[in-house]
Amino acid sequence: MTKLGQWLCGLVLLGSAWAVLALAPPGLRLPAPFRQALLPLPVYLLVAFGCYALATVGFRLATFNDCEEAAAELREHIRAARADLARRGLRF
Amino acid sequence: MPAIAERTATNPAHRFRFLPAAPSVSQFRARRLTASCRRGFRVRRRADMAGGGGDKFSVLLPTYNERENLPLVVWLLARTFRDSGKDFEIIIIDDGSPDGTQEIAEQLEKIYGSDKILLRPRASKLGLGTAYIHGMKHATGNFIVIMDADLSHHPKFIPEFIRMQKEGNFDIVSGTRYKGNGGVYGWDLKRKLISRGANFLTQVLLRPGASDLTGSFRLYRKEVLEKLMEKCVSKGYVFQMEMIVRARQLGYTIGEVPISFVDRVYGESKLGGNEIVSFLKGLLTLFATT
Ligand SMILES: Nc1nc2c(ncn2[C@@H]2O[C@H](COP(=O)(O)OP(=O)(O)OP(=O)(O)O)[C@@H](O)[C@H]2O)c(=O)[nH]1
Ligand SMILES: [Mg+2]
Repeated sequence: MTKLGQWLCGLVLLGSAWAVLALAPPGLRLPAPFRQALLPLPVYLLVAFGCYALATVGFRLATFNDCEEAAAELREHIRAARADLARRGLRF
Repeated sequence: MPAIAERTATNPAHRFRFLPAAPSVSQFRARRLTASCRRGFRVRRRADMAGGGGDKFSVLLPTYNERENLPLVVWLLARTFRDSGKDFEIIIIDDGSPDGTQEIAEQLEKIYGSDKILLRPRASKLGLGTAYIHGMKHATGNFIVIMDADLSHHPKFIPEFIRMQKEGNFDIVSGTRYKGNGGVYGWDLKRKLISRGANFLTQVLLRPGASDLTGSFRLYRKEVLEKLMEKCVSKGYVFQMEMIVRARQLGYTIGEVPISFVDRVYGESKLGGNEIVSFLKGLLTLFATT
C-alpha cells in the first residue's frame, strides 16, 4: 500500500470511530460529559499536531549545529592541498 | 580486484535477493529469511577471499564547472584512502563544463595515474542522475561512494562510512546532517528553516527510516546501487529521496553517519530557482506512489 493509502486508511478508521460515537442516534448516545469532550476532539488533535510540528521544527532549528571547526579545518586542508598539488606540477 | 567484482555480478545465487516491491506479510517473512541467507552467503564469500580487505571503493564525482574544487577534492580523497590503506578509484564524470574542469581533470589523471583517476566525460550537461549511471558503468569497485565535488562533502567521513558499513553489514551508509554531531556551515536562518521544515514534512509523510533524505553523500554496495538506479525515476533532490525510499521497499539496510556539510566555497550552485516547488512536487509524488 502507498503511504497515501496508509494515511487514508488511518483517517477513515479514526474518523468513522469518532462519527459512530459522536453522531450516534439519541437513544444510543454516550453520557453527556463524554459526548461533550468527544465532539471537538478532531479539532483538538489537529491543533495538538500543529503545536508538535512547530515545536519540533523550532527546536531542531535552534539546535542545528553550526560546524565552525569543520569549516576552519576545511580551509586548512584546502591550503595544504593547493600547496602540495602545485608542488606536483598542477596548473590551477 | 575485478575478478571478484565480476563473480559477484554474475553469480546466480545473488539473483534471489531482488524481490518485488511492496511485499505482502508472508513475502515480508520470506524477505527476512532471504536477507539472513544473503548475509551468511556474503560472510562466507568474504572469508573465501583470503587475507580479507579485498574491498575496492569507487568514488563517483559528477562535475559541472568545478575547476577550482575538483583538484582539492581529489587530493583529499587520495590522501584519505592512502591513509586508511583501502583500494580506491575516482571516476570523474564531467558534463562538458565550459570552465575547463575537464582540462584540470586530465592533469590530475597524469599526477595520480589512470588507474586511480578515471575520466568518463560526456559532451553536454545531461544531469546528475544520468551522470551517476554513466559513472557506475565504469566502476570496478564492489562499493561505490557518491558525493558532490564542490567540497561540501569532506572525504574524511568516508572511513567512518566504511567502518559503519562493516559494523552493521549495511547495504547503504548515508551521511546525515540532522543527527548527532552532524550539521551545516554557511547557511542562514532561512535556509536552515526550510531545510528543517522540509525534513520534518518528509519524515511525517514518508517515515523513511533515515534522517537525511536529500543528502547525496552515501556509500552503496555496487549491486544495490545498480538495482536502485534501475528503479528510480525522479530528478534532483527528489532522486536522492527516492533512492532511500526504494531501498527500504526492497528490504535493504541503511546505516547513518553524522556529517558536517560546509557550503561551497568556490563556484556556483546549480540547483537554484524553483527548488522548493520541485521538492514538494517530488515529495507528494513519492507519498502517493510508494
Ligand atoms: N556531470 C554533472 N554534474 C553535475 C550536474 N549538475 C550538478 N553537478 C555536480 O553535482 C554536484 C552537486 O551539485 P551542486 O550544484 O553542488 O548542487 P547542490 O549541492 O544541491 O547545491 P550547492 O551546494 O548549493 O551548490 C556537484 O559536484 C556538481 O558539480 C550535471 O548536470 N552533470
Ligand atoms: Mg553542493
